[in-house]
Amino acid sequence: MTKDVKKLQSIATEVRVNILKMLAESGSGHPGGSLSAAEILTSLYFSKMRHDPKNPEWEERDKFVLSKGHGAPVLYTVLGLSGYFSTDHFGTLRKMGSILKGHPNSTTTPGVEVCTGSLGQGLSQANGLAKAAKLDKRNTRVYVLLGDGELQEGQVWEAAMTARHYNLDNICAIIDNNGLQIDGPVVEIMNIDPIKEKWGAFGWHTIEVDGHNFDEILSALDEADNIGDKPTAIIARTVKGKGVSFMEGKVEYHGVAPTAEELEVALKELEAVSTN
Amino acid sequence: MVEKLGTRDVYGKTLAGLGETNKDIVALSADLAGSTKVSEFGKKFPDRFLNMGVAEQDMMGMAAGLAAAGKIPFASTFAVFATGRAWEQIRQSICLPKFNVKVVATHGGITVGPDGASHHSVEDIGLMRGLPNMSVIMPCDGHETKSVIEFAAKHKGPLYIRLSREKFPVILDENCSFELGKASVVRDGNDLTFVMCGIMVHIALDAAKILDKEGIKVRVINSSSIKPLDKNLILAAAEETGAIITGEEHSIINGLGSAVAELLSENCPVPLKRVGIEDRFGQTGDSPELMVHYGLTPEALVKAAKNILKKKKNSPSEKLYSSSPDAVLEQV
Repeated sequence: MTKDVKKLQSIATEVRVNILKMLAESGSGHPGGSLSAAEILTSLYFSKMRHDPKNPEWEERDKFVLSKGHGAPVLYTVLGLSGYFSTDHFGTLRKMGSILKGHPNSTTTPGVEVCTGSLGQGLSQANGLAKAAKLDKRNTRVYVLLGDGELQEGQVWEAAMTARHYNLDNICAIIDNNGLQIDGPVVEIMNIDPIKEKWGAFGWHTIEVDGHNFDEILSALDEADNIGDKPTAIIARTVKGKGVSFMEGKVEYHGVAPTAEELEVALKELEAVSTN
Repeated sequence: MVEKLGTRDVYGKTLAGLGETNKDIVALSADLAGSTKVSEFGKKFPDRFLNMGVAEQDMMGMAAGLAAAGKIPFASTFAVFATGRAWEQIRQSICLPKFNVKVVATHGGITVGPDGASHHSVEDIGLMRGLPNMSVIMPCDGHETKSVIEFAAKHKGPLYIRLSREKFPVILDENCSFELGKASVVRDGNDLTFVMCGIMVHIALDAAKILDKEGIKVRVINSSSIKPLDKNLILAAAEETGAIITGEEHSIINGLGSAVAELLSENCPVPLKRVGIEDRFGQTGDSPELMVHYGLTPEALVKAAKNILKKKKNSPSEKLYSSSPDAVLEQV
């Protein structure tokens, strides 16, 4: 657990390298929305959350739900790097018999709390985890990462009502607002703006941050700890494919793995970042 | 006068009773706490009762999260909304991770009455039966409902329990004990077998009495465990009685009748008739009128029994299945 931004930046680069390698190896998967969330998940798993990778069932742990389940590679990477399982598993992503399924599965992967992949369901599940913690009088905080395209699912807003109605101040939703979904820009496919005002209208405390800036992310996560009686939504402005020049802002890399050649170029770019 | 009990009333009372000793039980409702009777639990344990509003999908997801954290959620609404509106939430959030959620739906079938087709669930058993990791139960009366709910609180894993709006005549003993995967013979006979669930068990017993007067001895099986089926008991009945009639307040597609057809066709193909709702929606009417309209009566079962006995006598299964395809078609 560190607040050292330089160290976190270096971890985020390592996360990106591993995301790209595992996707290139598997030949399928979702790079764009995994790379856009690298700083967010690095902040949670290496700075903010109370968790014990050697004891994934630790009852006092904070919990994380990847509602945008197609971002599985970024989740698997932070889980592996923090020690829930050997990083040797990274090369088995999406392969028959692997513990790393195409989308997060709590029955096979240590550290994964629930099953996601069908969009719109994670916030409801997170509310259940948060309410159970309240009933048990635990200080568990529950973090849930949603995509911006995912906000088109009606169930998200049912769950947004529930979190406020039951005063689940231990819920912190983070929106990976990269602006793109598989068919194109979110504003063109089905506009969900204004995002901040929508969450505000549902009674949530809202914070907007640059989703690639550790100072802003960590400060928002700390702010969410102390709101009291209402949940917090952090709208994180991000860039899809962040960190790889030819993937940034390109809808084509929503669900297409890099080729061996693309991987080589991408790793060189990331290497340059880490040596700077 | 036959004693009648509402399976939903028994559910509400039993759950509220279980809540006394089992502090992990949480009840959820989608704005139908009064109708589903979980309001009884809510009155006694307001902290462990969550009204989710008219939002079935969110309710199933919330129940999944509660179960993931060690709670025992009972999520209740009408059968059509629980299984139809929230099918994919039950699939993804509950069945895939094998979470310990009890979906207890009331208002199954057409005995919902005047609310009509929108509220008549004739597909729910099929929707739940097709889900891996899901077990499906429909008790035949109030006493069995109590036993099923007590079982549900102890059992680990997803369950779908289908209850009804109307009160059912009581058939089983007060101390009956439900076991998953076990059916029971509620009346013995060797001429043919009725394999029934829910209110159809009572209707089948009435039909069996009529047939008895004509010298036809019917075995009646209460197959409250629809998935898993009690394969041994049903196959033994097929072998010993040579003909099976299934009955359910549900579509003949994908319900108990289909489950029995799958079992028999692979293991012991004897003449089979599925009595149920024949690929139609429900409609407005009083429950007894609807039961007559959709052919879910003792008289309809008597007629089906006489028809199937003709097939059994004229073409015993050995002969039927050793004949040429044309001959089989002619006989069937």
